[in-house]
Amino acid sequence: MSQLFEYAPAPESRSIVDVAPSYGLFVDGEFVDGSGESMKTVNPATEEVLSEIAVGTEADVDRAVKAARRAFTRVWGPMRPADRGKYLFRIARILQERAREFAVLESLDNGKPIRESRDVDVPLAAAHFFYHAGWADKLGHAGLGPDPRPHGVAGQVIPWNFPLLMLAWKVAPALATGNTVVLKPAETTPLTALLFAEVCRQADLPPGVVNIVTGAGDTGRAVVEHEDVDKVAFTGSTEVGRSIARAVAGTRKVLTLELGGKAANIVFDDAPIDQAVEGIVRGIFFNQGHVCCAGSRLLVQESVHDEVIASLQRRIGSLRVGDPLDKNTDIGAINSADQLARIRELSDIGEAEGAHRWQPACELPDRGFWFPPTVFTDVSPAHRIARDEVFGPVLSVLTFRTPDEAVAKANNTTYGLSAGIWTEKGSRILAIADRLRAGVVWANTFNQFDPTSPFGGYKQSGYGREGGRHGLAAYLKESS
Amino acid sequence: MTHVLDPGTLEAGTRPAPGSGAPFDDVTRSDAALRAFLHGLPGVDQVGAEQRAATLGTRSIKTTAKAWAIDTAISMVDLTTLEGADTPGKVRSLAAKARRPDPADPTAPAVAAVCVYGDLAGVAVEALEGSGVHVAAVATAFPSSRASREVKLADVRDAVGNGADEIDMVIDRGAFLSGRYLEVFEEIVAVRQECGDAHLKVILETGELFTYDNARRASWLAMLAGADFVKTSTGKISPAATLPVCLVMLEAVRDFRAATGRQVGVKPAGGIRTTKDAVKHLVLVNETVGADWLSPDWFRFGASSLLNDLLLQRQKLRTGHYSGPDHVSID
Amino acid sequence: MSDRLAVRKTYKLYVDGAFPRSESGRTYEVHDARGAFLANAALASRKDARDAVVAARAAFGKWSRATAYNRGQVLYRVAEVMEGRHAQFCEEVAAGEGLSAGRARAVVDAAVDRWVWYAGWTDKLAAVLGSANPVAGPFFDFSLPEPSGVVAVLAPQRSSLLGLVSVLAPVLAGGNTAVVVTSRERPLPAVTLGEVLATSDVPGGVVNLLTGDAGEIGPWLAEHDDVDAIDLTGAPAGRALELERLAAGSIKRVLRPPAEEPDWTADPGTGRMTRFLETKTVWHPIGL
Repeated sequence: MSQLFEYAPAPESRSIVDVAPSYGLFVDGEFVDGSGESMKTVNPATEEVLSEIAVGTEADVDRAVKAARRAFTRVWGPMRPADRGKYLFRIARILQERAREFAVLESLDNGKPIRESRDVDVPLAAAHFFYHAGWADKLGHAGLGPDPRPHGVAGQVIPWNFPLLMLAWKVAPALATGNTVVLKPAETTPLTALLFAEVCRQADLPPGVVNIVTGAGDTGRAVVEHEDVDKVAFTGSTEVGRSIARAVAGTRKVLTLELGGKAANIVFDDAPIDQAVEGIVRGIFFNQGHVCCAGSRLLVQESVHDEVIASLQRRIGSLRVGDPLDKNTDIGAINSADQLARIRELSDIGEAEGAHRWQPACELPDRGFWFPPTVFTDVSPAHRIARDEVFGPVLSVLTFRTPDEAVAKANNTTYGLSAGIWTEKGSRILAIADRLRAGVVWANTFNQFDPTSPFGGYKQSGYGREGGRHGLAAYLKESS
Repeated sequence: MTHVLDPGTLEAGTRPAPGSGAPFDDVTRSDAALRAFLHGLPGVDQVGAEQRAATLGTRSIKTTAKAWAIDTAISMVDLTTLEGADTPGKVRSLAAKARRPDPADPTAPAVAAVCVYGDLAGVAVEALEGSGVHVAAVATAFPSSRASREVKLADVRDAVGNGADEIDMVIDRGAFLSGRYLEVFEEIVAVRQECGDAHLKVILETGELFTYDNARRASWLAMLAGADFVKTSTGKISPAATLPVCLVMLEAVRDFRAATGRQVGVKPAGGIRTTKDAVKHLVLVNETVGADWLSPDWFRFGASSLLNDLLLQRQKLRTGHYSGPDHVSID
Repeated sequence: MSDRLAVRKTYKLYVDGAFPRSESGRTYEVHDARGAFLANAALASRKDARDAVVAARAAFGKWSRATAYNRGQVLYRVAEVMEGRHAQFCEEVAAGEGLSAGRARAVVDAAVDRWVWYAGWTDKLAAVLGSANPVAGPFFDFSLPEPSGVVAVLAPQRSSLLGLVSVLAPVLAGGNTAVVVTSRERPLPAVTLGEVLATSDVPGGVVNLLTGDAGEIGPWLAEHDDVDAIDLTGAPAGRALELERLAAGSIKRVLRPPAEEPDWTADPGTGRMTRFLETKTVWHPIGL
């Protein structure tokens, strides 16, 4: 009497969020019209237009920076640090209170599964504010001298893969350290940032401390290049990171960059195989692979290659691809048509270059942007899919025979954001971790994040850290 | 190291007879070989296993899927009474409930088995005659397994003689923990022989094995020795059945079938009291080993109070409103 | 005064533990502060810079993974050997920078002491800059400083020894290897420092000293894909913006030049070390 256990649809109710037909910019504590021609944000799972979003021009950005400067000079800078902390605690609490709303909105706008927005993005965003709130009146203990000072106005540009979480990673440390903020959310995912603006109002955060200017690349450029911005923080592609580094060259602006990656996930023959397979899946299919630290290169020891791949394929066969709002969905929609095109292009190149493409049988919805979980085997280090960041649910499998070869292949990339090691041998973990040129090394786990834990890259994955005591350094001037 | 899933370990064309771990016959030739084999199994990372089980625990099973899951779970229950105070009357009333769990609703399926001490197996057999509900008896000096081999085998013989068609034996945890794996293996083999046609469930008592590595090794040990089922717990020790330990055992039966072609069942027992727990286990089965195990032939719940919660939830689904304890029968 | 005719020294580059001439064959005249001829120095070319980067990269693995204690001893050894050449450094600094004998002595003293200061830092960095991070889950999570890699250093143009040591030693203390372009007009103390390094347990390639023009070689280093970071302290006036833009191409860590050359006798702090350190965070589950 064995039969398939089909889960009935379990959609999270969309009615909890109230998406307005249009949104303005959040400047100086008020929603105002943008001067640019507005843009549309769509639900990538259905291609339905969710809302019209204002586009900030240089003049709008200028207003936002002026508001931030005023708030820095008159209110936020002079404020008692403990009170700054209390505002952040308030924000953390409101994020927790409105967690479900944020989760649904994030999944609608981004396409990520509600299970992840509910269990990862939103709780971590709240935790980030809670963590940094406590720092506000303890900065003298951060190892940056007895009285480190904020830079002033922080211009922040964030990506579309974790819209609210990246906002939290940027805004929380900036505010805790006494800076004020002009934040530019990603073009395709502005909604949770705009809901966050409402949270700032509910928290009675003084006007101008947080300003949110929506738009696309030009708006971001205006934020980065505004001459009264003291500190620039960017998370996104290495290509844009380069142009930002060029743009701030020769200025007094302080810059931190969190850019791309092509992480190796190294599986030794003595790994806990079942957990390693989970880690591989979590490494590359979490958030549709739209993760800068994704474990996109699986380096597996030759002696267990067949076993690991067989287990992996079986496991991938159980992944549920579909409606992001269904609580049982594991893989949601690709965030945009552009991104889908890039994933398709690189996958096709992978096949053309001779790698073997494997995808499970899975039905994809007719509308929206979708790509099935994909594994390439027989990948050579010279293949594009072994070198370029795909930023999608595409895993490239390479093999190695010795620890030295594993390290050499893992480090054979211009990136250096993260890496994974799977082995039951503790001393090997420490030896390999020591030799990997990557900012975050996960041993027998992958894609774990925590506000107390510094995150950031080596090499062309960027510089500066976010999270932990180290993350504060990006927003403070050392005192002596 | 040798991995159990190395394709090379499978000789082409051999399809081992049930009850035999044919490709691995040589690993039970000596204590050293068995030890090397069991310790060569891939390790289990506790945090990773628990995280996986917890994630599966967040699956949302609603409406038709929930109705199916509840009925499936009912049909997988080994309705159990293992008290010193058990009487023939208690067993008969349990048997009646096993046949027809919801007196008010004949569409509720019967449970899989009634599980009792061996001396009461005859009472259960009589009460369940013609129902298709199996009679399981615990044996081998349940729950401690602290007795001589002869006494344990006599215990099994007695239960089988009383008509039990399923034997739930307990392994000697003392021997296992002190590394005398071959001794544990031989005891299971001996019990297996004593069982005759009765199905053998081997209770690992994972709460006394402490680590997931041990749970995986003990599962393999039992399967190599011919177990038809591996079972988590006696229900007398805490922790008993947990999702992660069940996950590890499911991975073991999955890998064992891949390597030998023989399918072994899994029975979590003890501590599963709510429909929610049961559904989480079914999700775990579904996503770890798949539909092949989603039947009472291959997956059981050792439980007593679970059944009433399943029935209450079943009534809620059917009527649309909540019910109460007086609307299901006490055991 | 002896009437013996002095044996003059040939001032060469210091690359990969050896003292080559510039592959270009070029030299330039070095004069003292009053304009008198001192020596011909090698005028390093872009190919010398390229070779130096290769040497620095090759040396990075071993130097960065040497124990902190070992690195500390090596840096202290530099101070010891430098002390033995005290008089020579005084002469060169006095001539090149136009200092009195007393001032020159003070500068050399400070330079030696700077090595000692940084030597003591190597095995403190991880304790001061590292952390155990109390994550909300069953993981042991720790962060440690690690060197950025190959660092290009445009050494100060005025302070030819103390300034040089002040920018070089912090790069080395953290475990980086260095390609240094020395003061163009005052390169001689740097060459002598190379001789000190060559005889004081610093592995070949860890430090590479190029005498010549930062304006000529700087762009090649700033744009070099295998250079991880660049210190623009000695960038020629007006060239820093261009160099920083070039450095952006490979996301280099950039230390911008100060508005004017700082007082090198001041407490250096940790800033120059931390600038060329990465933070590595390692997660490991806690389980049985």
